[in-house]
Amino acid sequence: MTQVDTNTPPAPARPMARRQGAMAAKFAALLAVLLVLPFIVPLIGMNVGIASEIVIYSLFAIAFNILLGFTGLPSFGHAAFFGTGAYMVAILQYQGIENTAVALLTAALGGGIAAGLVGVLVCKKRGIYFGLLTLAFGQMFFIVALRWDEVTGGETGLTGLTRSTIDLGFAAFDLNDQMTFYYFVLLVFFLSILVIWRILSSPFGAVLRGIKENELRVQYLGYPAYLYKWAAITISGAFSGLAGGLFAYYQYATYPEFVFWVQSGNVVVATLIGGGLNSFFGPILGAAIFVGAEDLISSYTEHWMLFFGLLFISVVIFFPNGIPQAVMRLTSWIRGRTGAQDADKASEETGK
Amino acid sequence: MNILEAKNLGVYFGSFKAVDDVSVAFEKGRLTSIIGPNGAGKTTFFNLLTGFHPPTSGSVLFKGQDITQLPIHAKVELGLTRTFQVLNVFDQLTVKENLRIAVQRLRGHPWRLLAHEDGFSSVEEEVDRLLVAVHLQDFRHTRADEMSHGHRRHLEIGLSLGVDPEVLLLDEPMSGLGMYETGQMSDFIQELAQRLTVVLVEHHMSVVMKISQRILVLQNGRLIADGVPADIQQNAAVREAYLGKSYGAGDNSKETVNA
Repeated sequence: MTQVDTNTPPAPARPMARRQGAMAAKFAALLAVLLVLPFIVPLIGMNVGIASEIVIYSLFAIAFNILLGFTGLPSFGHAAFFGTGAYMVAILQYQGIENTAVALLTAALGGGIAAGLVGVLVCKKRGIYFGLLTLAFGQMFFIVALRWDEVTGGETGLTGLTRSTIDLGFAAFDLNDQMTFYYFVLLVFFLSILVIWRILSSPFGAVLRGIKENELRVQYLGYPAYLYKWAAITISGAFSGLAGGLFAYYQYATYPEFVFWVQSGNVVVATLIGGGLNSFFGPILGAAIFVGAEDLISSYTEHWMLFFGLLFISVVIFFPNGIPQAVMRLTSWIRGRTGAQDADKASEETGK
Repeated sequence: MNILEAKNLGVYFGSFKAVDDVSVAFEKGRLTSIIGPNGAGKTTFFNLLTGFHPPTSGSVLFKGQDITQLPIHAKVELGLTRTFQVLNVFDQLTVKENLRIAVQRLRGHPWRLLAHEDGFSSVEEEVDRLLVAVHLQDFRHTRADEMSHGHRRHLEIGLSLGVDPEVLLLDEPMSGLGMYETGQMSDFIQELAQRLTVVLVEHHMSVVMKISQRILVLQNGRLIADGVPADIQQNAAVREAYLGKSYGAGDNSKETVNA
């Protein structure tokens, strides 16, 4: 039996132009897939609206992953920022402000401010202490959403929201139309992740990667690490808030559940399943699987979380780098099967 | 001129005095080594100087300014940095990416969130210069955790050089190195000492005796000797405290003063 090395060899030195070109190709491929997504979901028996939910959740997961995957900070309270964004849209509408752009910018601002406030209190911590503190602060937001009846509507939330028509003069887009809403969400999503990618590729992003690897070393290079962590959580919170704002439109409502810790856990799970720890695009796959599985499994059983939990546990145990790793293993196994002289290799893989 | 000074510096962990009332001034441009048996407080002394631990007593002066209460990064900004006994580099990043984080703070505007990190020629030039300075020009795109221990030690010093320090504290830069690599590192430290004030904690006695201009000896957290290598070699207290048992024929015999 020969030892099978499934790891790819170290990446060869690549000129930066080619690396950027490869990234542009990935963005283009992603856009192509997402442009046809609403035509695919009905084919597997799902509502077109699910496509919007997948994209909104993808934005939330990518925003969350600025912290987890790119700064190494496990936040267990991100629903607070997502929910703040959702409530911003709803509260503005209850005050008579219907402009979609204003509402979504306020959602991002609200998520950013909420995260900035929490950040002041948690950014001196790292690892599990950071995680537990974000969990605690996240629950404080939930309590506020639940109890501050006059503003948040308490347990029943704020319902009966409307989606406006965006009138650009030459054309008007009615967001109540599911397809129109989807492409509007896709536009916001795509612009957002371009900005996030840009931030992560900046010198600032390099410092964040340094913090993920070795926070102490970053300090000994003269960086006030906590300020960079604070900026990271604030930016992450702003885009989470934006996702939350979109979600309020998607649901025509906001509920305290948006801020509940289960929501914080969901985004962690979606990100990890997609392999977000080592990948920028991974959380999109994770969000798609999460939202898709919820829709599919819950049409058979109300205990969908039980089955999804089993999936999650299997992924974490067998494929710590998420579903992409599982797919890579599978393809190398299939390749092994088709090559005759690789039969030995294949049986080795089956044993895993 | 004294560039770095410890005044009555001490730190107690409970009743244990890890560093006890140490006063010492480091002159600009000199290579000073700190020796002493394991547990003498050498690394703790570095930790106090650089702000990793707050001292229980005393103060640290840098160019006459009291920097005792400054956070780590502020001390580094002034020009004081260090390396670590346990290797401390960014393992998952390439050599170039490691060095780029080190040099961009002074040259690359780290708060420009929407600028691409590849877009700063001043950073690229400095990284190229550093790669040569730390003799790693052939490893530009190698991931740190795929290099030999000796090369990683060089990289760690490269990180520290990237912040343009005036004082560099090296904590056992030769630990874990083979004989050939130790020789290279010794030459390299002498190169550095031409331009910087270097303070070295090291167990390789032959190297310390050869390259140091001044040697401090710590024992149980106290400074017990201070002088040029020749004096330290002759110092009876040092021989007894630090080298006594292994001097001549112990398990550390190859590390004796006269080696």
